[in-house]
Amino acid sequence: MSAHEGAIDQQHSGTTKLFVMVWVYLLALTGIEVFLAYERLAVILMLVILIGLSLVKSALIVAYFMHLRFERLGVFLLLVPAMVFCICMMLIWFFPDSMRLIELRPH
Amino acid sequence: MSHMDAEGIVESSWSGGTSPFAMNSKKLGMWLFIVSDSLTFSALLIAYAWLRLESPAWPRPFEIYPAIAFSSLMTFALLSSSLTMVLGVAAANRGDRKKAVRYILLTMVGGLAFVALHATEWYKLIVIEHVTPWSNPWGTPLFGGTLFGLTGLHMLHVTIGVIYLGVVAVGFARGKYEADDVEVSGLYWHFVDLVWMFIFPMLYLLSVNPH
Repeated sequence: MSAHEGAIDQQHSGTTKLFVMVWVYLLALTGIEVFLAYERLAVILMLVILIGLSLVKSALIVAYFMHLRFERLGVFLLLVPAMVFCICMMLIWFFPDSMRLIELRPH
Repeated sequence: MSHMDAEGIVESSWSGGTSPFAMNSKKLGMWLFIVSDSLTFSALLIAYAWLRLESPAWPRPFEIYPAIAFSSLMTFALLSSSLTMVLGVAAANRGDRKKAVRYILLTMVGGLAFVALHATEWYKLIVIEHVTPWSNPWGTPLFGGTLFGLTGLHMLHVTIGVIYLGVVAVGFARGKYEADDVEVSGLYWHFVDLVWMFIFPMLYLLSVNPH
């Protein structure tokens, strides 16, 4: 592989600087999560923020460390929508059922 | 995509011989495994969230120091091992075998540090705090079951990952494996890291002692 081809290939799968940047972002987001735990926010608020931050972190890992951003769109369409659909199916009764049981709980 | 050959017969991607996803079968297989495994962890995490929501007195025993500081250190070890892994994959793709093997070995060190820290934490919980999968000193017995179940399955993945990386490092150094094999092992390792990004906040940060 020539130096020029190598440079093009690296452009299409990320550079060392990009990976280090992603790592710094991931550490910073983890730091924010720990800080929120230290602040002892309400559990529901914490849950929403933490799940949101975890989704951002996992998107960074999948896109850059796992190179999904550099793959064909077809790969993304094959993997992600089906997975999200299955997780939504797991959650479909989660909220109504848990709310119903909370209502049934003796006060 | 289709084109006509010399005899005017139309060929398409469906005729075979082409790669519609532009990736080899090992990599596609690993991606499909990762999707199925992520559904396993999703089911366990959702079950944990449901149990937690339904239990009036779910224990929140973890102090910022030492428990959260300890699990944050574990997160740092795993995130850093992901960085060394991605750099190893890049080196392997450049054809720099020596550097790639060095980065894979560093990744294994990160993974082993994670397992060692996790084992220490389990030791504290089991021996000092007397937490078991069916009982604990703070209330709802399922706390131990969900904690050990989720972290145990994750730790099993990390342990298998370290062994897998060891096999790939040796094979790649000897020329038995190619850069593609390093990339596939990297996918698995990053997935293990990704799962921890959900376990760490949901099990540890949401169970910080409120007082």
